[in-house]
Amino acid sequence: MHSSMTQQEPEQYSFDFFGETAEIVAESRDELKLKIGQFAGPLDLLLYLIRQEQANIFDIPIARITDEYLIYIRLMKNMDIVVAADFLVMAAQLIEIKTKMLLPREPLTPGEDEVEDPRQELVDRLLEYERYKSAAEMLYERSTVEQAVFTRGPIESDDNNAEVSATVFDLITVFQKILSRQKEEIAMEIEREEISLADMIKTLRKRLLEQTELKLLEFFEEMHSHRELVTAFIAVLEIVRTEGVNVIQKNTFGDIILRKTSA
Amino acid sequence: METQTEEQIEERQVRSTGELMAMVEALVFVADEPITVRTLAEILEEDREAVQAAVEALRSEYDDRESGLQLREIAGGWQLATRTELHETVRKFLRTKPSAKLSLAALETLAVIAYKQPVTIPEILDIRGVQSASAIKTLLEKRLIVTKGHKETVGRPMQYGTSKEFLVHFGLKDLSELPSIEDFEDLVQ
Repeated sequence: MHSSMTQQEPEQYSFDFFGETAEIVAESRDELKLKIGQFAGPLDLLLYLIRQEQANIFDIPIARITDEYLIYIRLMKNMDIVVAADFLVMAAQLIEIKTKMLLPREPLTPGEDEVEDPRQELVDRLLEYERYKSAAEMLYERSTVEQAVFTRGPIESDDNNAEVSATVFDLITVFQKILSRQKEEIAMEIEREEISLADMIKTLRKRLLEQTELKLLEFFEEMHSHRELVTAFIAVLEIVRTEGVNVIQKNTFGDIILRKTSA
Repeated sequence: METQTEEQIEERQVRSTGELMAMVEALVFVADEPITVRTLAEILEEDREAVQAAVEALRSEYDDRESGLQLREIAGGWQLATRTELHETVRKFLRTKPSAKLSLAALETLAVIAYKQPVTIPEILDIRGVQSASAIKTLLEKRLIVTKGHKETVGRPMQYGTSKEFLVHFGLKDLSELPSIEDFEDLVQ
C-alpha cells in the first residue's frame, strides 16, 4: 500500500474482512463484531497497520499510522462498548504520542541523558504483544496437529492428582443435579419458615466444625425447597470465598467435598 | 546384605525385556489417560529406569514397523494414540469433524496465561490491550485453564494458570516443552 492514500478514499482501508473469519469461532456475539476485521485487539490492529505501511517498528510513522487507525475505528461501528473502549484508549494514546512528537524537544540540560522517544513505551508493548501473538499461533498449530490424533478412550483431565480443586462449574453441576431431583420429589409443598442466608451460613459453619469433610451433595439433599437449596448454594459460595474452606473433588466426576483448611 | 541384593537382582531378571515391554504396552492401552513411568513402575514393581527403558523400546518398536499407533509422551505420561497421518481414515470411521477451534482472542489469552502463570486478568489486559473476560470464560469452560488462588494485592484479583487438560489438548509433555517466549522474537521489522 502506498503512502499516497487520501482520506477521501476510505474504501482503500476496507481490509479483507472475511479472510480468516471462517476459522474463527466467537465466544459471544459481541466478540464476533470485533473479529470482523480478524483483529484480536488494538495492538493487533496497530501491528497490521505498521506492516501494511511496511514501516519499521522501531521508527513508526506515528502521524500516518494514527490517521489510519482512526479511520479504521470509524469503520468498526456497532462494536461492543467494552471492546470499543480498549480501541479508543489506544487511539487516545496514539494522539498523545503524535502530539508529543510535534512539540519541539527541549534542549538537553547538562548531565541529563537523551530524552526518551515518546514512542518507546508503545514499541515495547507492541513487541511484547507480538511475542504472545506468535505464541498463540504456535498453540493454534499444535492444536491442529493434535486434532489429527485419536486415543482409545476419553481422556479425563486431572485424574492423577489425588485432589483437584473443584470449579464453580462443578458446583453448578451438582446443584443442578439436586434441583432436578427436587423437581421430581415435590408433589405438595407445605408452607414452612424460610431460612435466611445468615442462618444457612451459620448452619454450614457448624457442620464443617463437626465434620472435617462435608459432602456437598449430602448437604444439598437436606434442603426441603428450591428456595432453601438456592440459599444453601449461595452459603457454600460465600463460605468458600470468605473462610478457609476448600472445595475438593477427589476424582473426576467424583463427589465434591467441602473441607476446612487447617484448623 | 549382599545375598539379599543378589536375590533382588535375580528376581528382577526373571522378567525379560520383551515381557516387560508387553506389560507396559497392556497398561498403557487400558489407561484412559497418559500413564506415568512412576505409576507403571509401582504396578510392575520394577525400578523406574527399567520401565523407562521398556517404554522407550516400545516406542521405537511402534515407530520402526510404521504402526498405525504411536506411543507418545504427553502431560507427564505415556499414551497410545493413532498416527497423525491416518486422521482422515479414523475420522471416516468415527464420523467426526475437527472440533470447533478456539477464537483468536481465546488463543492469545491462553498464550499469555501459559507463559505468565499465575496471572491475573489486569495483567492479561496489559499485554493484550483488550478485555479478555469472555475468552477467560471460554477457557475455563473448556477446562484449559484453572484458577490458582487470589493474588495478595489490592482487590485480591483471581489468578489463572493452565491445566493438565491444556497439556493434553496441545500435545505437550509438560510446560517446559513450550518454546521460550523469547524465541518468538523474530518479528516485524
